[in-house]
Amino acid sequence: MCAGSLALAILSLVVAYPAALGICTLVHGLARGLSARFLLALVHFMTSIPTVVYGFVSVFLLVPRLREWFAVGSGFSLLAAVLTLSLLILPTITLVLHSRMEQLDPTLRLAAEAMGFTPVQQVRCVLLPAAARGLTAAAVLGFGRAVGDTLVSLMLAGNAAQFPHSLFASIRTLTAHIGLVLATDSQSMAYQSVFAAGLLLFLLTGAVSLLIRKSGGKNRGL
Amino acid sequence: MSTRTTKSICRVALVVFALILWSSAGTASAAALDSFAGLEGTIDIAGGTAHIPVMTDAAKNIMTFNPKIRITVEGGGSGIGVQKVGEGLVSIGNTGRALSEEEIAKYGLKSYPFALDGVAVIIHPDNPLSGLAAEQIRDIFSGKITNWKEVGGKDGAIHLFTRDEASGTREVFWEKLLKKGPIATGANVVASNGAMKSAVAQDKDAIGYAGIGHVDQTVKAVVLDGVAPSQENAMNGSYPVVRKLYMNTRGEPSKLVKAFIDYILSPEGVAIITKSGYLPLK
Repeated sequence: MCAGSLALAILSLVVAYPAALGICTLVHGLARGLSARFLLALVHFMTSIPTVVYGFVSVFLLVPRLREWFAVGSGFSLLAAVLTLSLLILPTITLVLHSRMEQLDPTLRLAAEAMGFTPVQQVRCVLLPAAARGLTAAAVLGFGRAVGDTLVSLMLAGNAAQFPHSLFASIRTLTAHIGLVLATDSQSMAYQSVFAAGLLLFLLTGAVSLLIRKSGGKNRGL
Repeated sequence: MSTRTTKSICRVALVVFALILWSSAGTASAAALDSFAGLEGTIDIAGGTAHIPVMTDAAKNIMTFNPKIRITVEGGGSGIGVQKVGEGLVSIGNTGRALSEEEIAKYGLKSYPFALDGVAVIIHPDNPLSGLAAEQIRDIFSGKITNWKEVGGKDGAIHLFTRDEASGTREVFWEKLLKKGPIATGANVVASNGAMKSAVAQDKDAIGYAGIGHVDQTVKAVVLDGVAPSQENAMNGSYPVVRKLYMNTRGEPSKLVKAFIDYILSPEGVAIITKSGYLPLK
C-alpha cells in the first residue's frame, strides 16, 4: 500500500508538473493577453471542482475507455488514478508557481528585454531560475496533495492490496485503505491496520511539510 | 380580519385536524403499534446500509402513530454501527454480519437478528452465461480460471470485483460460497453494494457479488448450481449464500428501544421487511 501510494503520487506529479510548468511559462511570457487570462481563469475554476466529481466522471468516461483501448484488466488501475489525480493536482502546482512568478521583480523582465532576450529566453534563462524556490515548493505541495487524496484512488485505482507491478494493475493507497476499512469494520486486524496506515500517512505528509519549511527557510520564507 | 374569514380558516383547520386524526387512526389500527402509546423519547439508529429501508419505514409508522417519539436513521456501515452503539452514541447499531467475540466482549452488545439477505454472484447482462457451478466460481475468484472461455463463455479475460476485507457481504460470500478459499490479490476492491453494481454493470467481462436486494436489471444474477438466487430460494433454504441482518443494543435496551425491536419482529414489521426485498426470520 505504501508502494501504491508512492507510485500514484510520483506518477501523478510526473504527469502534472510539466503541464503546470507549461501553463505558467505560457501565462508569464509566451502567451500574453486574452489567452493567458483565459488559461488562468480555467485553472482557477479547476480548483473549485470537488474531488468526487473528478472521480465520478472518470468512472463513467475514463475507465471504460482504458478498458477498451488497452484490453488489459478492468480499467480500474494505477493509470486511471494517475490521469485523474494529475488533473486534480495541476491547479495546486500551477497556482503556487504562478504566484511565485508574479512576485518576481518586474525590473528583471525589463532588464532581460532590454538586453534583447526573446520571450523564450526570458522565461528559460531569467524567470525560471529566479523562481527556483517556487519550483520546488510547488512540486512538494503537489506531491502532498497527491499522497493525501482519498477519493480518486478509492474510486479509480481498483483497491487490490498488491505491489503496483504495472500501470494497468489495480492498486490500493494508504488513504483508500483507511476509507475502505473504516466503513465496515470495528475490531479486527484489518481495523488495527488502519492506524498503521494513518501513522505512515502522517509521517509522509509530515516529511513533506518539513521539506517545504526547509526550502522556504533557506530563502526567507515562501 | 372579518369574522367570516376567521370562521372559514377555523373550518379549514378543523378539517385538516380531522384528516390527520383519521389518517393516524388508520395506521394505528394495528395492534403492534399500541405498545408505543404513552411512550416518548428519541431512538437514534446507525450502521448497516442494507437495513435503512426497513428502519425508515418502521420509524415513519411509529412517528405517525405517536409524534412524541423521534427516530433518526443513519447509515455508515456495519463497523460504524458497532462503534456508535458500543460507545453509546446511538440506541441501535445495525450490522450486516454477526458480531465478533471481541466486539461483544468489549462493549457488552446484544444482537437481534431480524431478516435474511441473500448474496448473489453478478455479471454483465450481455454476458451469454447464465449459470455457473460453485466449483467454477471458486476457481474464478481464486484466479485459477482467468478467461470466460474456460467456463463456456465467449473469449475474454475475467475481471474480478470483490469487496473490502471487512464487508458483511464479502464475509458471507467468502464463507458460504468460496468455502473460505483464496481470492486473487489482483481483484478490484469496491466499497459498497452500490459501487459493485455500477462497476459490474459497466464492464462486459466483470464478475462480482452483491446482496440480492440490490440486484436489478443493470446486472445479471448468476444461477448457482442450478438454483436461482431469488428471495424464495433463499427462504426455502435451497440457495445457500445467505446472511442475517442484525440490530444491536448495548446491554438491555430501554423500554422504548425494546418496543421498536419488538415492532420490527411483529407481523407488521415482517410486512415492511418483505416489502424492502428481504426475508423475515421465522
